[in-house]
Amino acid sequence: MIKLQHVSKTFRVGKNKIEALKDVSLEVNKGEIFGVIGFSGAGKSTLIRCVNLLERPTNGQVFVDDQDVLELNKKGLRQLRRKIGMIFQGYNLLETANVYDNVATPLKLEGVPKEEIKKRTEKYLEIVGLSDRQSAFPSQLSGGQKQRVAIARALAHEPEVLLSDEATSALDPNTTEAILELLLKVNKELGITIFLITHELNVIQRICDRVAVMEDGRIVEQGSVVDVFTQPQQPMTKQFISTESKFQIPDSVKNDLLKSGRLVKLTFLGESSKDPVLATLAKQYDVLPSIIAGGIDQLKNQSVGKLLVHLKGDKAKIETAIGFLRDQDVLVEEVKD
Amino acid sequence: MADFINEWGSAIWEGFIQTTQMTLISLAFSILIGLPLGVLLVLTRKGGQWDNVAVFTIVNSLINVIRSIPFIILLFFLLPFTKTLVGTTIGVKGVIVPLVVACAPYIARLLETAMLEVSKGIIEAYQSMGISTPKIIWHVIIREARSSIILGLTIAVIGLIGETAMAGFVGAGGLGDLAYQFGYVRFQPDVMYAVIIILIVIVQIIQSLGNVIARKLKKN
Repeated sequence: MIKLQHVSKTFRVGKNKIEALKDVSLEVNKGEIFGVIGFSGAGKSTLIRCVNLLERPTNGQVFVDDQDVLELNKKGLRQLRRKIGMIFQGYNLLETANVYDNVATPLKLEGVPKEEIKKRTEKYLEIVGLSDRQSAFPSQLSGGQKQRVAIARALAHEPEVLLSDEATSALDPNTTEAILELLLKVNKELGITIFLITHELNVIQRICDRVAVMEDGRIVEQGSVVDVFTQPQQPMTKQFISTESKFQIPDSVKNDLLKSGRLVKLTFLGESSKDPVLATLAKQYDVLPSIIAGGIDQLKNQSVGKLLVHLKGDKAKIETAIGFLRDQDVLVEEVKD
Repeated sequence: MADFINEWGSAIWEGFIQTTQMTLISLAFSILIGLPLGVLLVLTRKGGQWDNVAVFTIVNSLINVIRSIPFIILLFFLLPFTKTLVGTTIGVKGVIVPLVVACAPYIARLLETAMLEVSKGIIEAYQSMGISTPKIIWHVIIREARSSIILGLTIAVIGLIGETAMAGFVGAGGLGDLAYQFGYVRFQPDVMYAVIIILIVIVQIIQSLGNVIARKLKKN
């Protein structure tokens, strides 16, 4: 659906060159939700803006639906953009127009027939749950409602792809959750491919199928959310996941624990989470596990259990116990100081 | 009071009509010229949709140059130009040209400022929907800036009324001329006071009207 090949973007600020994107390649498949995560300044925003050419890449190729977008003339680009909806962190609604007109105006400017405008505006306001606020002005709406209007506006063009530029970053957790639900619904029920960027791991966990991690203008890691989330390879990715997880224990506590045994982080996926493996450790392997911290993360299609466990016992026995855990499809990661 | 109205009523009324004429006609032409100039400034500035340093610099400096010249001097400086353009340098017709030359750049500047207040994000959102630049200018930029535009135009109109007072020098009449001719030259201060009061009332009404319309258009 969307394919970026070796895309680079260099900005000139006075005499300085800033390389916002360095040889980025990725592919978003039809029907999926693809997320790019990174801290601010990583180049995510530039990346997503290269898809509809709000930003023109310095090098590389961008394909949408097998169409090389860099080859399009002005008119062709305008037509392509109508197939790509976009939502923003700042909502970007007309302050002088009410909810209905905010959705209807762009359609009017595109020359969509009057009856069709009314039909679509009402349909998509219904989908985002704002049918009863049609005559309200943006200043009378909450952040979440404004983003719903923006989503309805994007959907009213009946696009094939929706680009989301930090759409939930300005919202509180509950509202974020509701907007994410809406995006999932848009993806599932309307079959719209979603390409989003965010700095919130939660967004990736909740709705994305695949993820790319960006750092300093490059994609350092990409793959299915479950893989990247449970077995992060790059330091950057690990850092992202650990800033979110509850497994940060004070060094003093950690050192004490390490003196009396070994500390392992266990990740349970799907089937492996059903058997009582820790009890088995104590019973069959003579190793005493104590749980230091734990939690369950809900990913889009499955839940992931994580435990930080302290193992006490004979060195060789601990080694066999860890082997047993690995056989049970539990991901074991040793925590050292 | 009745005597005063009998004696001066018709002269003041005539002056009022002339002032209104001069103001409205020059305002119309000034908007016609100033609005496109303002839009041009917004579009050609650095980072604008039609980023063009040469055009921006030329238009920008031209506006600054004209705005540097006091109206009374501009009025005389433009005499030859006025003559070629409208065939006369006197009367209401003769004063419209210098009034427009003075006011259009001012309006361009006021509208530029108003339009620059419109958030880049909303413009970008409409670009991302494949809407063409001319449509974005009218339906997004000018629409969103309309409240500030009205306030700017209010300032411009009040400025214009002040400038019409100097129209007397080219025989265009108007309230300002009346106050000058009778109040100052012939030393009949009551005429001057009457004109001043009328002008104060007119300016108050225009400013309040501008504020009300601007508030209505803002919708928030």
